[in-house]
Amino acid sequence: MSRKKRLRKVVAPPGFKGYKPYGNIKRRKPFVELLYEEYEAIKLADYDLMNHLEASKLMGISRPTFARIYESARRKLAQALVETREIRSIFGNAILDGTWYLCNGCNARFTIPVQIENQVCPMCKSIQINTINQ
Amino acid sequence: MKTVITSSGNHQKANFDLRFGRAAWFCIVDEATGKFSFIENDQMKATGGAGTSAAEKMVELGIEKVISGDFGPKAKELLEKFNIQMVILPDDQQKIKEIIARLVN
Repeated sequence: MSRKKRLRKVVAPPGFKGYKPYGNIKRRKPFVELLYEEYEAIKLADYDLMNHLEASKLMGISRPTFARIYESARRKLAQALVETREIRSIFGNAILDGTWYLCNGCNARFTIPVQIENQVCPMCKSIQINTINQ
Repeated sequence: MKTVITSSGNHQKANFDLRFGRAAWFCIVDEATGKFSFIENDQMKATGGAGTSAAEKMVELGIEKVISGDFGPKAKELLEKFNIQMVILPDDQQKIKEIIARLVN
């Protein structure tokens, strides 16, 4: 049995359900499934202009895995454009950001909302915190 | 910064309540000054939607941090949406006073 896929962290899900080509003559073809993590990979690498290492850290995966997801995303987009296929966004192996942290000092578990800048434990102000997958 | 601690009573020697939506009281603490007050949770014995209405109450009161023993899925979703920080403390029979002391220091 293959190893379980690590969940890919996605900061914000895509704001669309899908994209459809219009003005095409041929009959409609089956759609292309763009996974949330693939959308996120395209966004981080080509919209936020991060390098693959930074982006992979943000998504909680290794750089080679990020590269694979990014490549698959590009190929799907290219396929959709060339074959005039519809694109649909599918959840995939994503975990939406809203990540929980664990403080090593006082064992409190907590979230860090976007407006809080310094990543410290809200109870004991310790910086010894780890992320947990909940 | 306004913080809420779920409490089982309306005084500072009361035990910390491990439930969020069905906590008996909410203790509102101002972390900067250390002042605190209690409000009763009218949803304690509600048949449903206690987590949701408690989360809505937090938004209404302008709370930025909620400390409890656990959060249900609906409450979690709402608090996350309104960028309220959630803190889950392990169950070790703490009093409200002790938690306030940890916060203010």
